[in-house]
Amino acid sequence: MVKQKLKVTLLTGRTIEQGVGKEAGKATQGYFESTTMAYMDICDMKKLGIKNKSNIMVTTPNGSVVLRAVKHPRGAMPGMIYIPYGPWANSIVSNETTSTGMPSFKGTPAEVEAAPDTHVSTLKELLKSQFGK
Amino acid sequence: MSVVKSVTCPVCGCLCDDIELTVEDGKVTHVRKGCAMCESKFLNYVSEHRVKTPLVRKDGKLVPTSYEDAIHKSAEILANAKYPILYGWSSTDCEAQRIGVELAEEVGGVLDNTAVVCHGPSIIGVQEAGIPTSTLGQIRHRADLIIYWGCDPWSAHPRHLERYTAFTDGRFEDSEWMSYINKVKASVGKKKLSSVKRRSFQCETEYEKISDNKPPVDLNKEGRKLVVVDVRESMTAKVADYFVQVKPGKDYEIMAAIRSIVNEEELDVDEVGGVPVEYLEEIVDTMVNAKFGVIFFGMGLTQSAGKFRNIELAISLTRDLNRRTKFVILPMRGHFNVTGANTVFTWQSGYPYAIDFSLGYPKYNPGETTCVDVLLREQSDAALVIASDPVSNFPRKAAEHLVKNPLIVIDPHMNVTSMVGDVVFPSAVVGVEKAGTAYRMDHVPLPLKKVVEPPEGLLSDEEILRRIVEDVRVIKSQKKEAN
Repeated sequence: MVKQKLKVTLLTGRTIEQGVGKEAGKATQGYFESTTMAYMDICDMKKLGIKNKSNIMVTTPNGSVVLRAVKHPRGAMPGMIYIPYGPWANSIVSNETTSTGMPSFKGTPAEVEAAPDTHVSTLKELLKSQFGK
Repeated sequence: MSVVKSVTCPVCGCLCDDIELTVEDGKVTHVRKGCAMCESKFLNYVSEHRVKTPLVRKDGKLVPTSYEDAIHKSAEILANAKYPILYGWSSTDCEAQRIGVELAEEVGGVLDNTAVVCHGPSIIGVQEAGIPTSTLGQIRHRADLIIYWGCDPWSAHPRHLERYTAFTDGRFEDSEWMSYINKVKASVGKKKLSSVKRRSFQCETEYEKISDNKPPVDLNKEGRKLVVVDVRESMTAKVADYFVQVKPGKDYEIMAAIRSIVNEEELDVDEVGGVPVEYLEEIVDTMVNAKFGVIFFGMGLTQSAGKFRNIELAISLTRDLNRRTKFVILPMRGHFNVTGANTVFTWQSGYPYAIDFSLGYPKYNPGETTCVDVLLREQSDAALVIASDPVSNFPRKAAEHLVKNPLIVIDPHMNVTSMVGDVVFPSAVVGVEKAGTAYRMDHVPLPLKKVVEPPEGLLSDEEILRRIVEDVRVIKSQKKEAN
């Protein structure tokens, strides 16, 4: 069976949990939990056949990352996926600075698919795979 | 036990200066008046993630060393580099930032601060169009229309609403907190009713349809009005009198449409960026009829398509509104002293960020001398990172080049950049263990307090940098003599 993929616009940004996590420490469980999730619209989650807090793979031209899909708690945001700032989000965001110095942290086209059998990389695993350190 | 009052919080650009800390046995044990991030900072500054001694990488692992050794190694790396990057600076005090400029000039590197991935485009926008602005005190006392565009202070600047805008009692404008509480009570009632209806009739849950922007009826109310413009319904949008949901990347179009309506031009379309023109007209009526309006903008404008052009347009809109009424605009600065970094760099070099000293004089050209671009072009050959975490916050390709070359990190905690660094310095936490100066997002300088003593033997950012500069000078003079 061909896995269903959904085309979305990737947005990265702040959440209060990420803010609290970064102040507590980048190696804390709180920071990990708050930056390895992705807010999605409930209708988009239904289209992919995934449940709240199940794993998804987000792919952009810059790479792929496995995260937990979480239902956006307020209003609707179809066609968008919102990942809190952090090493996981930044492993797939666009490099394009359009000669302004600012990478395109919001607005990168991405694809989302269900990834029930893969696990979310820990910070150590992510750093090892990206930088070998 | 002692209680320290009027402490300035070293977390976000709000720099709330009314925090009360209880100190017991040289440790902060209780925080009053702070937000969740403030509490997290003051209660976790001595966690297990604190770096206790300088570290250097040997055989792939970080091992403890002395400050003298780490300083000498860092000075050697920087003095021998052809094009080093000196990045960060936004979570330290102005006193350390000043030494940073000195070091960058000495080693001929690229000096950049976190504004490059934050409000760098805002700075370029301001350089293009100027900025009609004010202090947060003016806004607190006078603003009767508050617009948050592309920002979510409830999450990123949690006390902004409470201290400076809609939920504060100013001299001429009252807090809207009670009206918000009443709205929440009413919405709880509605939710209960719909839940009963759903259960009784066993109908399927009706998911809210997207982006059907509702008419701005609440903008006719008395008192302060709060408008939020964002791509998703954030927590701030939830408390707003009116929320405008825009399609991603359509901020420029909507803002240009608003500007046209302000300037009494006719629009030939019914909808712009997902928002009906008639709703935009009502928003413009509210703007023009406000006595003192303010636009706060955030990453929703600076990081999405258009970047600095979005800001330039927002400033132009503010300028046009000033022909009809009083309007100001402010960026929601993130790190507690990123404004200070821009200010200190400007005093010292003439430019606020992205300053290249490699030619012996300061050169500024965003897109060329910006840290991310230098890294993406793989031009740098070493880096010093202080008070920030670029490996966490830069796109992967840029972080890869940063990590590939010798990397010096100065930070009180073991952050992601420290984990992959080659020389890691622990430092005293600015605003907790070290006094200094920081600039609030509206360019008001505030003193940071030293509340407790740093762990024994730990130096401040300022002192570490001063010693590195001295060592670099010695190495350079030795090289000169040898030649």
